[in-house]
Amino acid sequence: MSKPPPSLRVSELAYAYPDGTQALYGVDLTIGRGERVALLGPNGAGKTTLVMHLNGILTAGHGTVEVAGLPVRKDSLAEIRRRVGLVFQDPDDQLFMPTVREDVAFGPANLGVRGFELDLRVKEALQQVGLLEVIDRPPHHLSFGQRRRVAVATVLAMQPEIIVLDEPSSNLDPASRRELAEILRSLDVTVLMVTHDLPYALELCERSLILSGGVIAADGPTRDILADADLLAAHRLELPFGFAVTPQPH
Amino acid sequence: MHVPDGFFNAAVSLGAGAFAAAGLAVCLRGARRELDDRTAPMAGLVAAFIFAVQMLNFPVAAGTSGHLLGGTLAAVLVGPYTAVLCVAVVLLVQGFFFADGGLTALGINITIMAIVTAVVGWAVFRLITRAVPRSRAVIPVAAFVGAAVSVPVAALVFTLLFWIGGTAPIDVTSVALAMGGVHVLIGLGEGLITALTISSVLAVRPDLVYGARGLRAKLVLRTAGGGTTEVTGEPAAPSPARGLRPLLIGGALVTVLLAGVVSFYASSSPDGLERVAGDKGFNAGEQDHALGDSPLSDYGVKGVQDERLAVGIAGIAGVAITVAAGGAIFYAVRRRDRQGGLEGAHDGEKITA
Amino acid sequence: MGAGHTHQLYRPGDTVVHRLPPHCKLPAVAAFAVVVVATPREAFWAFGVYALLLAAVAAVARVPARFLLRRMVIEVPFVVFAVALPIIGLGERVEVLGLSLSAEGLWSAWNILAKATLGVVASILLAATTEPRAMLLGAQRLRLPQTLVQIAMFMLRYMDVILDEMRRMRVARESRGFTARDVRHLPVIAKSAGALFIRSYERGERVHLAMLSRGYTGSMPVIDDLRATARNWATAASLPAAALATAVLSWSVS
Repeated sequence: MSKPPPSLRVSELAYAYPDGTQALYGVDLTIGRGERVALLGPNGAGKTTLVMHLNGILTAGHGTVEVAGLPVRKDSLAEIRRRVGLVFQDPDDQLFMPTVREDVAFGPANLGVRGFELDLRVKEALQQVGLLEVIDRPPHHLSFGQRRRVAVATVLAMQPEIIVLDEPSSNLDPASRRELAEILRSLDVTVLMVTHDLPYALELCERSLILSGGVIAADGPTRDILADADLLAAHRLELPFGFAVTPQPH
Repeated sequence: MHVPDGFFNAAVSLGAGAFAAAGLAVCLRGARRELDDRTAPMAGLVAAFIFAVQMLNFPVAAGTSGHLLGGTLAAVLVGPYTAVLCVAVVLLVQGFFFADGGLTALGINITIMAIVTAVVGWAVFRLITRAVPRSRAVIPVAAFVGAAVSVPVAALVFTLLFWIGGTAPIDVTSVALAMGGVHVLIGLGEGLITALTISSVLAVRPDLVYGARGLRAKLVLRTAGGGTTEVTGEPAAPSPARGLRPLLIGGALVTVLLAGVVSFYASSSPDGLERVAGDKGFNAGEQDHALGDSPLSDYGVKGVQDERLAVGIAGIAGVAITVAAGGAIFYAVRRRDRQGGLEGAHDGEKITA
Repeated sequence: MGAGHTHQLYRPGDTVVHRLPPHCKLPAVAAFAVVVVATPREAFWAFGVYALLLAAVAAVARVPARFLLRRMVIEVPFVVFAVALPIIGLGERVEVLGLSLSAEGLWSAWNILAKATLGVVASILLAATTEPRAMLLGAQRLRLPQTLVQIAMFMLRYMDVILDEMRRMRVARESRGFTARDVRHLPVIAKSAGALFIRSYERGERVHLAMLSRGYTGSMPVIDDLRATARNWATAASLPAAALATAVLSWSVS
């Protein structure tokens, strides 16, 4: 029987910036189709660098990245960027077009989708994040929480294989935070979420990875990782005050 | 300074429009070389920055304040072509979206405030950075002089255009004098804030300053045998350098044209002040100041009535101050460089706060 | 010019003027401005006709006179210049209220004031009835260089974001007791400007990455396409056409 290839397979990925600073020292990870995985790690662990490799903005110094079986290479970039939807931390960076409609349409239009189908895709994506009513508004007139949800819609419209979110819960008020969690849970798509927000990881992701010092330092059920106080402390991660996690009964 | 409709007759307005359009076409191609597919987002953000920074009022003297034009600042930060585009887009947006500046005067506004300030500022900047050994300390000084010169030159181009096709009769010499004199002072402010802004960017992200390219330290390659070789950390940039030649020539041409026309006009009425100036020895200090070949140097002393004398002296004094202030900044920056990295780190902290 | 011109002029509405396609309105207003500038200054009555034409457009577009007047403040520096012209102007002098003024200067002042005012009002009417987005689409439709239109698009999108950053930096300065009073404070202002540049530039880089991530390959996809009917064109052309007729008349009369 032929199993579909995993959504994401990264092997032995190493990278140094042009100025010589090495950020990744051989990252290995595999994310199966439909999984929701949190990527945890302290500042400067190489999280952003890793994310930039997933859709070919940075190209590997060593090692490979495959998205649903397709290796990230110069000649596959267009398809890779369709398959990997990157949601940036600051929605103002992501929403650069004058109206929400044009912004959500930007991705699929670059793929050559036009006319009725484009319109349909835009509306579907906005429906999925519950913001169809703001379709003709300029992004800077939306609340921060709405902007982050529209940012998610902009990548959903590309019908990606995997969505990668950079700090999805940052700067959100509690209600927006919950709304976004509900949306992410409702999506039928692989999710990789880069975050410091450990409770959010626990709430949304059954599995977590810790990236520290440019390598994957831990990989396992989120509950087990968060229950291991020594492991967290070793990688400068901390649960919020008064928050305790008990390990999963095996 | 945004010229409204009605200042210039239709012929000059349309002529300047054609000139501005041609200039923008050249810059669009040049900017592609500077930024390639990043042109639209990068230039858009820089334009928004210029727009914002033009609102940053700074105190000049008791009670009065000025604001930045930003042509030279943009040219040194992002390169001359992109700079022209950015300032031009700011002007277009102000004209069409904010009704600031006449639509028929757009050509004039773009020519003067985008093309002339950026090109002249950049040309002066390049002349200085080429003439002296390259070092970090030179960049702000060269930017200061570039900006300080670009403002009065822009004012003179305005005067010249107004003389050709303005809707009011003016005595070109006296207006040029008054405009030049006042704008030498305004230029000092522009130069100062341009230089300070650039040196603050240099302290934190020197890699972002276009005018400081080629100053980066060389990379060292270590070989297994223990030997080392040096390579340049960035590809040598012959194409921008080559692309700049027409720009420099153009800048020089504008300067020469201005100097020629103004002095021709001035010498055609050789009464009054020239003799006065000669008698009183005003000519003495004129030969060797740094801007000797600029149009400014001549008309502080020619062809004006006695009551204009004060303005003339102000003009010469302005040039002297320019040079003195340039020297002072040079000295200050060099001293700061010598004080080393601690100061720089401190600066960075203040900026992010 | 100074601060205070950041408010978008657009006033949403649903009038004939609002509904006109932007690529018809833009050339119409530009042509009107050219005609006004080309009108001889002696033709007082022609300027009266132009003013009436603009008043009619304002009435149809339901743009109140008070709104127009408030926006015309932008002209003030040039009013000052125009007032100075009769005093510093050359040529024969005339006595007005005991002042000796240059006749030529008076003519020039009138010329500049009349034309600048008409131009500003026409521009305000254009901006007040055209959504910024539509204006950009119109420019694109008129075959202005793509890159230029896109730069303007990004500028408009991020203008408020950057002004906000600038405001926050000012608050941060002031809450630590700093206010710029004289030249000695320039370095602090310049540091803010430098920081603002770095933030803008880095945001530009991030926006570029966000674009690349969604398949940008160097050209923006054209999604909206504007259409204008012959009727639209005719409606838009009525303003410059009426102005041109007036101007032609004024040329032949004078």
